[in-house]
Amino acid sequence: MSSVIKGGITLAIIAALCTALVAVTYTATADRIEANEQAWLERSLQPALSGLFFDSGVTESMITVPPPHDLPGSEAALIYRVYAEAEPVAALFVVNARDGYAGPIRILIGVEVDGEITGVHVLEHRETPGLGDRVETGKSDWVKQFDGRSLVDPAPSAWAIKRDGGAFDQLTGASVTPRAIVKAIRDTLLYFDAHREEIFSAQQEEAE
Amino acid sequence: MSAPGIVDRFRNGLWYENPGLVQLLGLCPLLAVTSTFVNGFGLGIATLAVLMTSNALVSATRRWIQPQIRIPIYVLIIASLVTCIELIFKAFFPALDRSLGIFIPLIVTNCAIVARAEVFASKNPVASSILDGFVMGTGFAALLMAIGLFRELIGHGSILSRLDMLTGGDTMRGLVLTDGGWLLAILPPGAFFSLALAIAVKNAIDGRRNTARRTRR
Repeated sequence: MSSVIKGGITLAIIAALCTALVAVTYTATADRIEANEQAWLERSLQPALSGLFFDSGVTESMITVPPPHDLPGSEAALIYRVYAEAEPVAALFVVNARDGYAGPIRILIGVEVDGEITGVHVLEHRETPGLGDRVETGKSDWVKQFDGRSLVDPAPSAWAIKRDGGAFDQLTGASVTPRAIVKAIRDTLLYFDAHREEIFSAQQEEAE
Repeated sequence: MSAPGIVDRFRNGLWYENPGLVQLLGLCPLLAVTSTFVNGFGLGIATLAVLMTSNALVSATRRWIQPQIRIPIYVLIIASLVTCIELIFKAFFPALDRSLGIFIPLIVTNCAIVARAEVFASKNPVASSILDGFVMGTGFAALLMAIGLFRELIGHGSILSRLDMLTGGDTMRGLVLTDGGWLLAILPPGAFFSLALAIAVKNAIDGRRNTARRTRR
């Protein structure tokens, strides 16, 4: 009996000490971790912002589009709005292409107000190393072919890889990944075309 | 039983009782993250830090812990320390933390750590336990780095790429020998082959040494 109580007390004391240790570490690192997250976010948006002039605070301009929506992916999509002197310049979409070869592919797509693509960047994926992973910016120039394209160049029906009769290059040995990405970009452009006004006029969400 | 000297303990940790090579503990992270040197190094250092601190805490509290509740207490201590290490990584090596992902929290489940707490730290003084954690952790980290180096060389054709994850700053590509390499080496089977090769090399060296010793007699 007494050994049970003694054991319980020991466990409680050790648990309290361990919790205190974690709490102290958390307090000591929290600010730095948040700064890192912010820096990472800004850096990851950079590929879609090249060549634009814009006001600061892009990362604070985010709105989320909860499902169901017409954007790629079944999760909430993120849209960062880019303004220059309060005039809309571009919208940056962070969406998930669902039909990748190995799970969803998280893509950043920048679209200018007139519907032209500023840049496409693959943020996260689990495609095969050496084949599908050449959609990464550092590994090949494949994603560069979308720069400056829009729904009139080419027409929506030609937004497909060449193997499917479309206008875009595939990758040797990997057609599933490029197909998924091209489709995701087309759907994003169509969504942007249909919802342009609401995207830029939507109120900034309150920070939690 | 006389305590072995420091040199002997290093020899044990790095070679004769290497947690990865000989005891085959902690293979899950070992196989999963060693596709590049810098990943192996990162997880190796994290594991080393957890091993040393958990050994220290387990040893320091060993007189107050009843044997019946020792395992939950080890788990509690190890889990808290891993959380702290994860926070520290997030704060100081964010890129490396992103690259290692779930495998930093998973250090909790590395059997090598519970094993050292149970086998060594619960029976020995604090200083000696910290040394044990350092020696065993170094052995584990050395194996992670060696396999990382090997797989990166074969699979990516590069040496020491992405060291910027440790230092910060621009992307460093390391020493690039060829563009792309033998893909299999960085895929999961490559991890098993590399570990098997490492164990085989160790056994071959040990075997040769033993024969040499016997012929000398």
